Amino acid sequence: MIAELQEIQNQARKRSGGDGAVIASLNGASKSFGDVHALRQVNFAVRAGELVALLGPNGAGKTTAVKLFLGLAKPTTGTVSVFGGDPIHADVRTRMGAMLQVAKVPETLRVREHIDLFSSYYPRPLRLDETLALAGLQEIKNRVFGELSGGQRQRVLFALALCGDPDILFLDEPTVGLDVESRRILWEEIRKLIARGKSVLLTTHYLEEADALADRVVVINRGRIIAEGTPAEIKASTAGHRIRCVTSLGIETVRAMAGVVEVSRNRDALEIRAAEAEAIVRELLMRDPGLSGLEVSSAGLEEAFLALTQDRNNT
Amino acid sequence: MASASTVFNQGSLGRSLSKTLLVYFKEAKYEFLTRLRLRAYSISTISFPVMFYVLFGLVLNPKDAPLGGTTVAAYSIATFGTFGVMGASLFGTASGLAAERGLGWLQVKRASPMPPFAYFAAKVALGMTFSTIVVLLLLLLAFTFGGVHLPLLDAAKLVVILAAGSLPFCVMGLAIGYFVGPNSAVAAINLIYLPLSFCSGLWVPLMFLPKVLQHIAHFLPPYHLAQLALGVVGAGQHESNWFHWEALIGFSLICLGAARLGFQRDEGQSYG
Repeated sequence: MIAELQEIQNQARKRSGGDGAVIASLNGASKSFGDVHALRQVNFAVRAGELVALLGPNGAGKTTAVKLFLGLAKPTTGTVSVFGGDPIHADVRTRMGAMLQVAKVPETLRVREHIDLFSSYYPRPLRLDETLALAGLQEIKNRVFGELSGGQRQRVLFALALCGDPDILFLDEPTVGLDVESRRILWEEIRKLIARGKSVLLTTHYLEEADALADRVVVINRGRIIAEGTPAEIKASTAGHRIRCVTSLGIETVRAMAGVVEVSRNRDALEIRAAEAEAIVRELLMRDPGLSGLEVSSAGLEEAFLALTQDRNNT
Repeated sequence: MASASTVFNQGSLGRSLSKTLLVYFKEAKYEFLTRLRLRAYSISTISFPVMFYVLFGLVLNPKDAPLGGTTVAAYSIATFGTFGVMGASLFGTASGLAAERGLGWLQVKRASPMPPFAYFAAKVALGMTFSTIVVLLLLLLAFTFGGVHLPLLDAAKLVVILAAGSLPFCVMGLAIGYFVGPNSAVAAINLIYLPLSFCSGLWVPLMFLPKVLQHIAHFLPPYHLAQLALGVVGAGQHESNWFHWEALIGFSLICLGAARLGFQRDEGQSYG
């Protein structure tokens, strides 16, 4: 089973890389809500058969980008194009499916009733049993929405996104708030979509999720794209490391070492941020054999972004 | 291994008339199911007017007493019927719209190719259907316990007038729904609905209200609907029917404009 997943992932990764046709794109798109500049001059595209992860912290502009793609908002400047058309028009949306973050879903309708209604909006929807199977909902098809667990509710919203048999799906933070088990289940279902040849734009603030699912990652922060590449490339360029140690070396000495991004004192220890940990550690141990309390860890997403933006300020 | 080639659907709505009607039908069907299963709407929309009618039209006042040209029981069908129609229409449209709009569900539907009009039509259908049910119930009570003897044709006229009169209030509900938040919707609706009902003479008959209020009533839509209904039972101020219909139509158009403004404002805020 795990081997199959790896197979699917490898096949998907081979397929990506710019040889597919561009299906959806934002071209120089900016979006402002009054004083808030949610997106600034954003350019990126989703190609046929690939899963693009739009990765960024909360408030980065991910949901705004999805709204532009879905025709729920018009760009202040620039253009958005899906299948060569403007998603404001309903006929373009017949080939699109969306899973948005929503606070209220009618609780008294059953799972199959929700799917029945949404399927009717599309010209060539999947059969009910197909949709149920793809979203793993066969056992609970007669349950009312209000009785479902968090993971099940997300799978229903997922079913509504794919019931019209769209060619591209937009999933806005699909696993937020889910437990580990439900997250893995949804990931599996998303991978199956890719295997069937669909294209997916997924937004998330979990680096792990982008790593697990995406052919390409687009990193966004404060409305701007700050990095783009395969998950491996992004991790290599942004994943900083945190080194913690108790040492007699002074802060300025450590700060002057090559490769050190920032040093701060935390009680009796020094906390060092750097892109590459090994060289720093080697140097520290060489200069201070009495060093103790050594900890090396991968920086979290916040630090990764800070490292990225700081790199840009330094170069 | 899944094939890498994808078969793209034709990017067209591809929707024949029958398919479109099917969408409208399903939208309405599931709106009904949602609300019926919630029970809050169906129970309160029906029980309040019925309760008031039984209390004021049958029990507390001698039901055969003369009032404005007819009996108390007959007079009350028109006034509490209007009250019930207004409530069914307002709560059927405004609270659902405010909630679904404010909490993101309407956005999910708008991201799909759903024809937006089907959504509103479903809510209006709900309001009008329950309005009709309320009126029929009141008539039943009037005939059985109220000693009211209306020719069948007049009874039918009453039902048609009140059911048609539900439409302006459904549109009013849509307008309200676009300007209130999900948590304050019910309170806001009541704040409008209850004073409006009182001042239109739907609870205390108009002739017993102070002259000032009687004057103001002419500007209130429920007054006009009540007058149309009262005309059928032989009561009311005996003004021209066209005058009342014009007032209601004018009111509907104003509400339609307000609802459209709200729709576009929503689009402007979140839709660019």
